[in-house]
Order: sequence, then C-alpha cells, then structure tokens
Amino acid sequence: MTDIEQYKITEQPFYAEQEDEIALYEAAYAARLPVMIKGPTGCGKSRFIEHMAWKLGKPIITVACNEDMTASDLVGRYLLDANGTRWLDGPLTVAARIGAICYLDEIVEARQDTTVVIHPLTDHRRQLPLDKKGELVNAHPDFQLVISYNPGYQSLMKDLKQSTKQRFSALDFDYPQPQVETEIVAREADIDTDMAEKLVKIAHAARNLKGHGLDEGISTRLLVYAATLINKGIETKAACRMALVRPITDDADIRSTLDHAIDSIFG
Amino acid sequence: MYTEQIQAYRDKLQCNFPQIEECFEDYVKDCLRNLSNQGIEHYLSGASLICMIGRGWEPVMIYLEEMPAIAHRLGEPVLKMVSQCVWDMSRTPNGNAIPPFMQCLPEATRRLGTLEQVQRFIAIIFDMMEKTTGSIHGFHTTIPSPGLTELLNHSPYLLNQLSLEGLKNWIDYGVRNYNNHPERQQDYFSLQSADSKAMLQRERHGTLYMDNERQLEMYLRSMWEDEAYFVPYSPGFDELRKPVPYYDHLGIRVPDVYDDFNGVSGLNRYRITIAHIAAHRKWTTAIIADNFSPFQRLAIEHLEDSRVEYLMLQAWPGLRKYLLALHPKPVEGACDTEKESCVRHRLAMLSRAILDKNHGYSNPLILDFVERFYQAVEKAGSSTKEMADIAVLFTARSRLQSDQSPHIRFEDTMVDYRDDNRHMWMFIEEGDEEEAFDDKRETDIEEHELDGLPPRHYAEWDYATQTHKPDWVSLYESIHPSASAATIDAILDKHKDLAKQLKRILDMLKPQQFVRVRYQEEGSELDLDVAIRSLIDYKCGAQPDPRINMSHKHDGRDIAVMLLLDLSASLKDIPPGATQSILQLSQEAVSLLAWTIEQLGDKFAIAGFHSDTRHNVRYYHFKGYSEHFDDTVKARLAAMDAAYSTRMGAAIRHASHYLENQSADKKLMLILTDGEPADIDVDDDQYLISDTKKALDEISSNGIASYCISLDKKADDYIQDIFGPGGYSVIDNIEKLPEKLPLLFTALTS
Repeated sequence: MTDIEQYKITEQPFYAEQEDEIALYEAAYAARLPVMIKGPTGCGKSRFIEHMAWKLGKPIITVACNEDMTASDLVGRYLLDANGTRWLDGPLTVAARIGAICYLDEIVEARQDTTVVIHPLTDHRRQLPLDKKGELVNAHPDFQLVISYNPGYQSLMKDLKQSTKQRFSALDFDYPQPQVETEIVAREADIDTDMAEKLVKIAHAARNLKGHGLDEGISTRLLVYAATLINKGIETKAACRMALVRPITDDADIRSTLDHAIDSIFG
Repeated sequence: MYTEQIQAYRDKLQCNFPQIEECFEDYVKDCLRNLSNQGIEHYLSGASLICMIGRGWEPVMIYLEEMPAIAHRLGEPVLKMVSQCVWDMSRTPNGNAIPPFMQCLPEATRRLGTLEQVQRFIAIIFDMMEKTTGSIHGFHTTIPSPGLTELLNHSPYLLNQLSLEGLKNWIDYGVRNYNNHPERQQDYFSLQSADSKAMLQRERHGTLYMDNERQLEMYLRSMWEDEAYFVPYSPGFDELRKPVPYYDHLGIRVPDVYDDFNGVSGLNRYRITIAHIAAHRKWTTAIIADNFSPFQRLAIEHLEDSRVEYLMLQAWPGLRKYLLALHPKPVEGACDTEKESCVRHRLAMLSRAILDKNHGYSNPLILDFVERFYQAVEKAGSSTKEMADIAVLFTARSRLQSDQSPHIRFEDTMVDYRDDNRHMWMFIEEGDEEEAFDDKRETDIEEHELDGLPPRHYAEWDYATQTHKPDWVSLYESIHPSASAATIDAILDKHKDLAKQLKRILDMLKPQQFVRVRYQEEGSELDLDVAIRSLIDYKCGAQPDPRINMSHKHDGRDIAVMLLLDLSASLKDIPPGATQSILQLSQEAVSLLAWTIEQLGDKFAIAGFHSDTRHNVRYYHFKGYSEHFDDTVKARLAAMDAAYSTRMGAAIRHASHYLENQSADKKLMLILTDGEPADIDVDDDQYLISDTKKALDEISSNGIASYCISLDKKADDYIQDIFGPGGYSVIDNIEKLPEKLPLLFTALTS
C-alpha cells in the first residue's frame, strides 16, 4: 500500500495570516467542502495549503497541472510489465484512497476536459469511478480536494468551466498588506525589517504597472528571493535587479522604470 | 593721418572704400594683439580679395571687424579659408547671401569652437547653396538659392539647438522636399513651416519627450500611483520668457526635450519634474490666495515646494542626489542688497538649505527658518497651511527696502524641475477692479458635429533618407455607404456552381478539433493495438516497439484575416477581352470570398481605400470582425465604388492596427490591387513602393503575414520588390478572379 507518511508535512511551514482565511479553511475542511484558492502568482497560495495540511495533520498530495496533462495522469493508467499490464493509481486516486488533501496547483493550465474527472469527487457522491479498471473508489472520509487558480493571466482560452467552478468554495488571496509582507520577507530570508520594507515598496511600484505592460507584479516569492540574495552578501541594487526586475519583464521601458525605482529607494 | 606702421599696413590693403578709413586703425590694433605677422598678411590679402568681388564696402567691413577674433580663436588658416569662401560665393548668383554669411561666422565660431567644425559647417552651407541654386535649361546656374539667406540668418539659433549632424539632416530634408518650390523653401529655412519645426524637434540634441512617453507614464503610475495626461510644450521657440512645467485639469505640461544637466540624464530630469508634480498632487491642498501679497505667495510656494520634496525624499530617498544636482546653489552674499532685489535669492537659499544639509550658509535668519521648517514637517508631514504661516513670518522678518527694486536677481534662483504652482491657489475674486462685477457673458461656441472620425496621422518612409517622415499622411476612416443588398445575393446566385465546388473544398478544410497522435513513446494513454503487438514481439524475444502510447492534440483553425481592397479609379477600366469592369469582377470575387470565409468561420474584416494626395487618404469599412456577412455588409459591398489613387502604405498601417487587436494564432492581410502604389502628389515611383514595402515590414514584425493579389499584368516589375517572393499572385485572366480568389484563400490558409 502507499506510504502515507511521505505525504505528511513534519515541520511547520511559516505562514502569516492575512485575514481570517485559516478559520474559513478549517470550517471548509470540517465539512469536507472542496476549496478553490484564487490569487496572483507567488502570493502564498501553496504555502497556505501546506500550512493547513500541517495544522490539520493530514497528508497532502500536490499535482502541478499542465496543458499536456490528461485524465489518466490524475486517475491512473495501465502500464506494461513483464506479465502483461498493471494498473497504477494516479495521484487523485491515491489521495481519495488514503484520505489526503489533493492539491491541484494552477488548475487552469490543465485542459477543461481533463478537469471534468474531478467532478464526482467534489459533490455529494465523493466517488471516483475508474472506468478502465471497472472500479468505483469511494473517497476516504478525510479526503479533500483543493485547487488553486490564478485569475491574473487567465486568457480567454484558459478558464474553468462553470460546472467546475460551482463545485468549490473559494478563498481570494492577494499580496499581503505591506506590514504583513514586510514581516514575511524579513522572516523568510532573515533580513532586517528596514530592508524588507524597502523591498516591499519596490514590489508595490511594480504592482501598480499591472495591466500597463506587466501581466503580474513582483510577487512575495520574488521579494524573498531578493532578500535571500541580499542576505548572501550580494550588493542590494544588483540583487533587486536580478531577483525583482529581470524575471518579470523583457520590456525595456518597464525595466528602466523599475531600475529607477530601485535606485530611488536605495539611493 | 596714420602712423608709419599703420600706413604700411594700409598700403597692403587694396581697397578704397572711404568707410574703411575711419576704423582701419582700430582693426589693425586689434590684429596686432591677436595675430602673428604672417596672420596679418593673410588678413589683409583676404580683405583685399573680398574687396575685389564688387559687393560694396559691407562685406569688407565685416571681414575686417570680425576676423581677428575668429582667427585668434580658431587659428590663422581660417583667414584664408573665409576669404576664399566669400570669393567662391561671389562667383555664384548668391551674392546677396555674403553679408549674412559673414555675420553668422562669429556665432558659428563661438558655438563650434574648432577649425574643423567650422569647416564642416561651411561645407554644409555650400552644399546647400549648390543644390538649391537654380539653373535654366540645366546649363548656367542663374537663379539664386531662395532659402540660403534665411538659413544663414537663422543659423545662430539653429546651431544653438542642433548638433552639426542634426543641422545637416535638417538642411538636407528641406533641400530634398522643397527644392522645386521657392516659397516653401523659404518658409522651411526661415522656420515658418510646420514640418520645418517638426524636423527641428526631431534632430534636436537631448532627451525627447516623445521617445520616452511610455516610460514616463509608467514612472508616474508605478512610483506615484497616479495617472495623468502629459502635454509636452516646446521651450525652443520662446526666447523671452521660458515656459515652466505646470499642471491643471487638462494634464501635466512638460518640456518636449531635456538636455543632460550636471550629471543628471535627460530622462532622470523628466522623472524628477514628474516626481515633483506628483508630490504636489499627492500632498498639496490649495489655499486661498487673495489675502497674501505677491512676496508672501512667492515665499509660500517655495516652502511648499520644499515640503513636498521633503515628503518625496522620505518615500524615495534615492532621489536626493538628483535634486542636489539640479537645484541651484545660490552663493551667500552674491546678491547686493543695495542695488537689486534679493527676494528670490533669499528664498532660493532657504530652499537649498532645506534640501542640502551641507549648505554652508551662515545667515542666521535662513538657519532659523530651516529649523522651523524641519520642526513643522517632522510632525506628520505638516500641511500647506502651516507652510503659509511660516512663509508669511519669513517674509516679514526678512523684508528689506530694496525688495521693491525692479532689478530682481534671478541668477541661481530658477529651480527648473519645479512647476509654477498655479494649482495651489484659489482666488475668491477674479481681479481687483471694482467694475469687474459685470461678468463676461458666456459665449456659446457652436460645436460642429464632425463628419466621421478625426483624421489619423501616419508616418511615411522616405527611402532617400532612410527615415520616416513624421505624421505625413492624414487618413480618414468611415463606413462605406450602402446600396441594395440584393445585388450581392444575385452575384452569389450567379456563381452558385462555383459555390458548390467551393463548399466541397471547405468541408475538407473544416477544422478537426481533436486529433489522435499515435506511436508515442510517452503519451496520455496506452494504444492497445500497438501495445499488444509489442507484447507479442517481446514474448517472442524480438525487440518490441516502445512507442505504444498515444496522445491527443488540438488542431483548430485560428486565423484572423483582413481583406484590403484598392478602390482607385483604375478599377473602373474594362480589361481587354472582358465584358465587366475590374470593379464588378472584384465585387463578385470579394462577395464569394466573404461567403467562403463566413462558411469557414474565420475572423474576417473587409476594408477599402483610395487616396487623393497625402492629405486625404480614405479608408472605408465594409465588414468588421464582429459583423457577420449579412445584409448590412452586403449592402455596403454593393455600393463599392472606385476613385482617386493608391497610397497603400497608410492604408496598410491603419488596417494592421485592427488586425493586431485580434487574438488569433495566424493573422493574414490580403491586399487586392490592380496596380502599383501611386499618388498624384508623388513624382518618384520608387517612393511609394518603398513606403509600402516598409509598411509591410512593420506589420510583419508584429506577426501579420501579408499576401497580395494583383490584377496588373505588368506587376512583375515591382511586385516582388514589395511583397517578396511567394508573397503575391498575379491574376492575368481577370475574368477568373471570382473563382480564383476564394481558392487562393483556402490554399493559403489550409
């Protein structure tokens, strides 16, 4: 049988609560309601789920969705071996069997016809039919489905079906408030608050450009990267350029504007 | 009359104008100070040469007067060079330009500084002179250059604004475009015409606003969370009173060009100006002005400027180095309180002292008020009101008798990134006049409803200079008038056999949304047939094929098409051997094509164009992307008419901006034309051809493919130059067009 322990989180992942999302999530889990986490990239969605899994003491199985993913990647497939074929459970099936939290990261990246397989697990049935194997898996009582979803870069092509959306309760995430974000950056990268505060200010300058040449602003994750580089002794401005500006854009005008913002902050 | 020595020099100058005698002694003394003996020889022989040209005493006098200083600065070879140039110039019909030429030399020397530069300058002037001097029957040059005198008269200003390179470009442009038009040439070189100014702007040194517009908008948005219109103004043409930045409800006015200054780049100067204005917008509240005297207001404005800058530096400390570099540093005691009014000087010192901790001033009043300022702002940033109180106190304490003097010291007091602060004042009374109650009547300006949209301006490519002519073409767009849609239905009916045939082809083209890809080593599913075969191989001991999976992929058609029709007058011709005009045939072809594409479901728009000089390019919508091929569209097609000429570049640029906004994997612009690009205001065939080529290059860099269907049998001469090999088809048998066009389209897009 599958080793449950490997999916458990042993150390507490650091998470700073933004509003009341921890209580909301706990309530949703108590009722085993499927949860959808919305928010821009790098704002702490995955970290939140990890933190909650740790808090609830449940195993978590994460699937990073992509365009090539098919239903059998989630549910399972027959593989060849010396004696013929052998069934291998996919991550979703494993989670349903062992009672884990199944976290489908960036669900919109998967094609719409793929995501339909989660439907029977997300309503009152809580079942997963494996039609190729001729088996009906009844979900473990602890099983919960969580998806994350970034509405920021959704194109017309990449959106969830209404029938999928309406099976979930949803939590809206955004980049944390400046004080909270400062605290997070300072804590994660172990730098002083003053420096973290300045980094957050640069992030805000970039986030103001969202929709005006930038698809997404500088994320909290990138701020932590920058802070980590600074902590390693890299010169501040160089670290900011490397971790904050260069990754997010190739647009020369935006680069120059953000470089100037960095220059204006650090002098 | 002269001393012996001077008489000796006088004898060497072979020139007998009486006007010379009066000043000759002074000139020689000047020479003796500035030139070597050899130089004086050249100087006098040069003057003699100029005397011989027979243009009166004026050129000689200017030469005698100006050359010693010029030669002193540039070296003595310049003496000979200038006299030779004047001699050369006198051998052309441009003798009238000699005095202005001589007069512009001192300024040119001052600006350019070296002999080489001045030589280049003179070469540029002579080049222009040769090109614009007219001749009759191409034989003798007989007509003087119309623009030369104007050019020379304006050269000090031009040299002030342009580098030599820029000057050359500016002159070349004028010569090229107005060589056959004396009045316009004069307008151009006297800086009267609009494109003369536009070209000047483009060639100016410094950082142009236009080049950085997007960045500056981003700057305002990202660092100041603010947005506003920017309106550039030109400080170049206002010599007396330089305009300063300001903002009002219509937008932020900024200069159109900034030179680098004191180590701060032009772009950063823009940023600082915008930062200052943004800080005002964020932190300044307007106060009532009526009860303050002008001096008090001046002081309040200075302190408020300092306050918003203080707050700005709290947020963005890195800006301080730029402010320090840009803010003038008035020297303490430089202003003489006996002779001039030191109001501005004092305030500038105060402002500097607030900004710069190392100001080094010792004036106790200034120091006291710097202290007061900081006490105020360190409490939560203070307010405009509080600044007003401090400023009133400062004005009262620092008042001097001489403040009223008309001689105000301006030196080192102009902070050029600051705006004029008009936004911080509210006036209760409009003016002081008692009789002003008779308020001006509201005048109703009748606003005329415009027919159609305002013109769009497009640049045009000039292959001769390899530059774009800015805003050269005006394009008016409108919806094409309508006629009866039944005409088009009749056409479709007429070709129903063809339509049936097309339908068969289309069915094969219809997109298959989901395709299975077999024989994959890695795939989404096991392909059982192959898998079993492999397993058999495996069991038999043979090498099994590992490609036993299959996967699926989408195979959709995602194309946006723009059909651009040339509606020039030649379409009305009936080609030899045909019974219908090209226009009618095009109409049929377009109807069929539209029907075809509608069947396929691709995104599709139709537009037509023709032109009547660069000032009037017409662009007509037949069908938009959101419209279906229904009766409205058919009615417009039915009314299709032809007139004027074919200025293709602007139409392509305009059509491409619609196509760019479509989201599709492939974008295709189909151009249906019956001849080469041409217009009545263009003599050079190659010009519009190269512009069209350039326009296509531009759109192809935006991911738009282009394809031309030409009905011109002689198109081979030029069409490949424009559309490149494989980018066009020439349809010889025009009667076949209705049949060919849809087939061509399907072949292109399948």
